This record gives sequence, structure tokens and C-alpha cells, in this order.
Amino acid sequence: MTDTVSAPLLAVDDLSVEFGSSRVVENLSFSVRAGRTLAIVGESGSGKSVTSLSIMRLADMMGGRFATGQALFESRKGRIDLTTATQKTMRGIRGKEIAMIFQEPMTSLNPVFTIGNQIAEVLMLHEGMTKAAALGEAERLLAMVRLPDAAELLGRYPHQLSGGMRQRVMIAMALACRPKLLIADEPTTALDVTIQAQILTIIRELQSELGMAVIFITHDMGVVAEMADDVVVMWKGRKIEEGPVAEIFANPRHPYTQTLLAAVPKLGSMKGQDFPKRLPLTIMDDETPRLVGGEHLQDTARYGASPVLSVRDLVTRFDIKKGIFGGVTHRVHAVEKVSFDIYPGETLALVGESGSGKSTIGRTIQQLQHETSGAILFDGRPVSSMNGIERQRLKQEIQYIFQDPFASLDPRKTVGFSIAEPIRTHGLIHDGKAIQKRVDALLERVGLTSAHARRYPHEFSGGQRQRVCIARALASNPKLIIADEALSALDVSIQASILNLFMELQEQQGLAYLFISHDMAVVEKMSHRVAVLYLGQVVEIGTRRQIFETPMHSYTQRLLSAVPVADPSRARDRSMLEGEIPSPVRRVGDEPVIFSRTEIAPGHFVADAT
Amino acid sequence: MAGFLIKRLLQAVFVVIVVTLTVAFAIRLTGDPALMLTQGSGSVTEDDLVRIREALGLNQPFLVQYLNFLKGLFTLDFGRSFLGGTQVSTLIAKALPATLLLAFSSLIVSIVISIPLGIKAATSRGKWPDQLIRILSLVGLSFPNFWLALMLVLLFAINLRWLPPSGMSGFESFIMPAVTMGIILTATNIRLVRTTMLETLNAQYIMVARAKGLSENVVLYKHALRNCAIPLITYFGLQFGALLGGIVVVERVFNWPGLGTLAFDAVGGRDYPVLQAVITVLSLLIIGVNLLVDIAYGLVDPRIRTE
Repeated sequence: MTDTVSAPLLAVDDLSVEFGSSRVVENLSFSVRAGRTLAIVGESGSGKSVTSLSIMRLADMMGGRFATGQALFESRKGRIDLTTATQKTMRGIRGKEIAMIFQEPMTSLNPVFTIGNQIAEVLMLHEGMTKAAALGEAERLLAMVRLPDAAELLGRYPHQLSGGMRQRVMIAMALACRPKLLIADEPTTALDVTIQAQILTIIRELQSELGMAVIFITHDMGVVAEMADDVVVMWKGRKIEEGPVAEIFANPRHPYTQTLLAAVPKLGSMKGQDFPKRLPLTIMDDETPRLVGGEHLQDTARYGASPVLSVRDLVTRFDIKKGIFGGVTHRVHAVEKVSFDIYPGETLALVGESGSGKSTIGRTIQQLQHETSGAILFDGRPVSSMNGIERQRLKQEIQYIFQDPFASLDPRKTVGFSIAEPIRTHGLIHDGKAIQKRVDALLERVGLTSAHARRYPHEFSGGQRQRVCIARALASNPKLIIADEALSALDVSIQASILNLFMELQEQQGLAYLFISHDMAVVEKMSHRVAVLYLGQVVEIGTRRQIFETPMHSYTQRLLSAVPVADPSRARDRSMLEGEIPSPVRRVGDEPVIFSRTEIAPGHFVADAT
Repeated sequence: MAGFLIKRLLQAVFVVIVVTLTVAFAIRLTGDPALMLTQGSGSVTEDDLVRIREALGLNQPFLVQYLNFLKGLFTLDFGRSFLGGTQVSTLIAKALPATLLLAFSSLIVSIVISIPLGIKAATSRGKWPDQLIRILSLVGLSFPNFWLALMLVLLFAINLRWLPPSGMSGFESFIMPAVTMGIILTATNIRLVRTTMLETLNAQYIMVARAKGLSENVVLYKHALRNCAIPLITYFGLQFGALLGGIVVVERVFNWPGLGTLAFDAVGGRDYPVLQAVITVLSLLIIGVNLLVDIAYGLVDPRIRTE
């Protein structure tokens, strides 16, 4: 043991990586020891992923060059410098001594080969096993990552597995040759929270079982708090801070770490509060953190007024599989008997995991998708019986903000044009000069300047683009904004500022939000009421405080316990997280059971157990 | 699968009817076979022409002639050639293997050449091998096939006297027509392989394959190529149709006794039965190849198989 303590397994020293003339990683040093987990934390552009690809020497294939430094690794053939090793040497190390898990489980496995084939490949390559022996070992590995029916899984293809299952297959594949070092690059970012919790547990358990070192690359401070022993914080390609996890969270020294930690929404931070609250924003100002804005109670909901939008017994289904003669055999039961109201100035959050139907509800309200049955009432009028003019007005008064701000802006039009478009379409202002003025005012409202109007989407950062999308949504004076995972693609520090912008606009204009999100911590900060969706049905709905402080439905409790909390001192209890989320696809005729709901407190409805 | 095949069969019947109807109608607008047959034979009276038309069955209404042709189709009896009176099915039976041999071998030659070159170009993107391969493929694309054929004849048959200039007699006679067709196919295929490969190489599972420690050749030829297969097979299938179109010219230049030459002569002599039969066989071939392409999809991609 003393030996492993004195000699790190991997010691990266003064490493700089260049792509062309730009230096993506600069003078980076850190080390990992066997049995320890090092988290490399940073936001987009921090160089954390390039670091992991450099250790694997996969950065070479993307045109990366090592300008300075070395990475000494204790391989079974002695100490070698990974930055100068030949690709031939590296092929013996990759997959055998250093293995890697990637972010996107949906695209990490080769779609045209079976699971068994892909795992066996590594064993045959590095361990010289026969195909039969390798398949036997693959089966054992699949059982090790807690996949049921391992023998049957060997013959399956990736597309037949869910995201969580694929990530387990990836882990099994990475651990096949019992590597000394596992690099996990955002391994749970694309997964639902309950599945994320399961995967994190598996990685942790297997680490202690196999005694490996783990480098965990992530942007999620909650995951860091749960997984790491030591933390390296990266910012713009440099290491700005490092230390034991408890130390980093308790006493962050660098101003960037301080801002980052301040921006992270922490689940449970709003305990005892009736209303959402706008908190001051910590920003970096010349390398010193500074607080901007004050505290505002977001008491904007007007429950006395009549609801802006009412949804009654909404059902949305899609036909998917068809027989030879065109008969439908399977349907997606995306939304089943969902009812709720949104009042002026209120934020109603729809939360749930993949397949819960939360996005379909948003699309159905906007009439991008037709309802199978049920009613949507806007200002008391059923949407289905509206005439052309009323529908046009509906499109003006309900606006959408999507997850990917880049995909929702026309790359060939200036942002000024995109913002002015709804004003022109709805004929709100006719005079060109006045439109110009309105666009400038909108840009300023969302924290940009009028000079930005002449620029194109690619000239903006992700956060700025989302601000442009918000300005465009505001352009037509909406009463309701449907924000579908509008913060999910943004870095936390930007997320926090957009969140404040949302609340500010709500206060100024009395906007109602339908806030669709999978991120419980953000929902807790932002919403007045919360509806929890599971397989297309509302299993629990109530005020934010009711849902977060006294969750009654077992699924709500599961969801909340799965969220990683950015506090390393908090004890974790993951005992209730087992199994997969069932599929909403059902055979025709196999109707789902509709839960009945009981009101257990004023406004707090819970689905009865079945 | 049964439903799929029935659908395909109905499609094939429809395609054959539309194609042959169009051809039968169009060729009758272009000239009178009776006049063609008697060209240059001096004293031909109007009565002679009428008798010839009656003998060939051309006095009947167009629709009757066409229905007779369709009836013959079921028994593979396409009637007799207007020129020489040979059974059309005998002519086809002789020409079809020659054409198929030429078409498939040039397709296979081009696939065998274009896949490694396309992959090389993709993996050395922007560097000199890529530039060189792209320039060569552009040069190949710019040759009209008849010109290329004539140049080959000039060089190898007339100047160097290595290869026979025309006809089908043994392996040597086969080289120039196959190379002519192959070069043009290869030029387009290289570009296609390069583009699909570039896209596939960006996929995450390629990174994963490299992270496993696999050698570049296994990564490229096992993991990447199989994923390129769908667009490649689709394109090779479509190309087969274009190939059969281009083969008329090449066969003509090399006097290759295939369907192209047969069709060419039939058009010249207004030999309706032969032309209709050739077109029918060609469209059936194209339908058949497309069917094979659809079946191949399922073989290479499990996602399509389970649908």
C-alpha cells in the first residue's frame, strides 16, 4: 500500500495541447493514484475533454499536438510517457490498462454489431481469448454491471437497449480487461436522473472492487460531490484550483470556483419558502467574484384571475408500428388524461424523465401535435374550435423557447431579423423604424445591446443565443411562454443568469410559464407549482413547497432522491433506485390504467397506488 | 417479408407495363419498318409495303399489337426479329450474358478500387493523398466514356497492338470495355466512399473502437465500413441502372455483342420486337437489383431487420 501512495499511477506534468495554432490545454499538471477518483471539472471550452483524449492519445486523430509536458503512466511494462509513446504502444495500453467511457451512450456502441461481439472484441484483442471464451467472459461482465438476462443480451443490438442499459454495456466493455485507470467523460450527462444514480453507484462499487483509479470528467458539481476524492477545476484550458473534494466545496479559493459553486442550483436550498426567489448573481469581474442584483420574492402568480391556459383530460397518442395491411398494432401513449391550469404570472413546471410525455404536452398545446382527446382552453376558449383569426392570435400569445438555441435560429438571418419576424407576421407594428426600435428595446430587455441586431447567430455564445430566443419570444407580447428544457444545454453559470432573466420578465410583464424540465434543482428555484409526470400521467401536482418538502408519490420521492446534490458531506441513500423506466409504447387494445387522484392537502393531488 | 415481396412484385409489373408501353408507342412514331426493310431495293410498290406490314402484324391497331407483346411476355416468346427473322428470345439469350459479364465486372472492379482509395482519402483529409485522389477522380469524371474508349483503342489496339480493338474473344478483349466502364464508375464511387466515410469517422463509436486499442485497419474496415454500407449499397444499386444506360455506347465502340449493341441495331432498323424485348429485360434487371439492394439493407443493418 505504501508503494501506491508514494507513486501515482498517472502523473501529468506541465501538459499543453494544441490544435493548429490554438492552445486548448495549457501547462496542466495533476496526478491520480490507484483506488482514488479524481474529478476534472469545468464548463464548455475548459479543455477537460481534450485532457482525457490526450491521455488516451486519441487527440492525435483529431489533429492535437503536445506542445509541452509529459504524462507518466505506471504500465505493466514499467513507467512510460504517454505523450511520446508510439501509437503501437498506445494500442496495447488503450482498452487494456486505460479504458474510457464516453458521454453519449446512444452513439457509443456500434449499431451494426451485437453487444456480445463488441465486448468480446476487446478480450480477444488484449487477452488473446478465443471467441467462445470471450463471449463467456462478456456474459459475466454484463452480469457484473447488473444487467439482467446477460446471456440473452449478448446477441442483441444496441438499438434494442435503453440509454441506461447501453451505458452499462459501455462500462462492462471498458472494464473487460480490468484496467488500472478508467476515464469517464461525462458518463451520465445524457441520462435520466434515476438512471444516472444507478450508473454512478455501479462505477463506485466496481472501483472499490477492482481497485482502479478513476478520472471523472464532468460539469455537474452534484456528480463531483458524490463521486470524487480529489478535484481539479479547469477554466479556459488551465487548472485554476485543485484539492480534496470537501476542501473545494467548503473553501473554494479561486474566484471562478466560487462563482461556479454559487451558480449551481442545490436541491433543497429553498426549504421553507412559499415562493420562488430571485437570488443575486455571482459574476466574475476582473478575477474577483461580485454579487449582482438583489433578492426578490417571486410573488407574481395571480390565482384570483381566471387561468391563462387550462388543459382538461388531454390524451395524445401516436401510431407507430403497422401491420402488412396498414393496420396499427402499437401506439405511443405519450399523454394520458392530463389536466392542469396555469394562472397569469405563474410558473408551472412539468417534470419527468424520458417518455413521461412532458414535451408532448407542450407540443400539443402549441398545436404542433394533435390531441387524441381532451380539451385545451386558452383564455377560456377551446383551442380545437378556434377559427383562423383566433388561431393566429393563439400563436401570438403562446410562445415557445426550445432546448437548443442554435437549432432554433435561422443561421442565414441576422438576429434582428429573427426577432422582428413575429412582429411582422402578426402585424403588431407596421412602421419599419418603429419595428427597429422595438427590436432594440427587446435586445436590451434580455441583456444584449442594439448593436447585436445586425449580427448572425454563429457570432453569439450559447447563453447569448438563448437570450436572443427569449427576445424573439417576447416580441409578440405573449401571455404564456412554454420553455421546453430551455436551460438544459447551457453551462451552470449561464443557466443561473437566464433563470434570473426569466423571473425578472415574469415580474415585469406578468408572464405565465410552462416550464418543462428534467432538472429538479432548477425547477425548485423557478416554479410556483409543479406537476410530476410518469408515463404520460400526472402522478403528483401541488405547490413547489408541497412537492419538494412533502412528496407523497413514490415516483416523486424516487426522482428527488436520485438528484445528485452539490454537497459532499450529505449522506446518500440510493436504496430505492432500481430498474428501468417502462416504455410508453403499448399494443393496440392494451390500454393503460388511469390513476385516480386524491387531494391530500389544498391543491396537492397525488395519484393513488395501483 | 411476404407482404414486402408481393408489394415489390406489383411494383415490378407496373414498371414493366409503363416502360414497355412508352417504348412501343414512341418507336412507332419514328419510322416505318417496312420502308427500312426495303431501303435500297429499287422498285418497291405501295402494295409490297402493305404486304410486308401485314406479314409483320403492323396493320393491326397499336393496342392489339401491344397486347400481343404482353401475351408473349408470359411465355417468354417475344416473337421474331424483323431483321433476319431470328427468335428474339434467342438473340436475348446470347446478348444478356455478355452484357451482365461486362456490367458486373466493371462494377466489382470499381468497388474494389474505390473503397480503399476513398477510405485513404477520408483518413488523410486535406493532406496530399486526399488531394491526389480527389484530383484523379475529378479527371476520371471528366472523361466522356466514348472518348475514353476510343483513346484506349488508339493506344492499346492500334499503337501498341496489345489488345484486340473489338469483339468478344477471350480475356484480352474483355479488358478495355471493362476498364472504360470501371474508370468512370470508380471516379464517382471514390467521392461517395470518401464522403460517407468522413461522416462515419466522426461518430462516437469510432472513438470508442479506437479507445479499445483496435488497430486502424480494424477500426476502418470493420467498424466504419459496415456503417457506410447503407448509403454505398443504395448508390451502387442506382448506379447499376446508369451503368446499363452507359453500356450501350461502350458496347457500340468495342462492338461488344451485348444488349446494348442489340438495342442499337434494333433502333436503327425499327426492329420493334427486339427493342421492346431488350427494354423489358433491362427494366426487369434494374427492378431485380433494387430488390437485392433492399434485402441487403436488412443484412448489413440490424436496425432495419427488426422493423
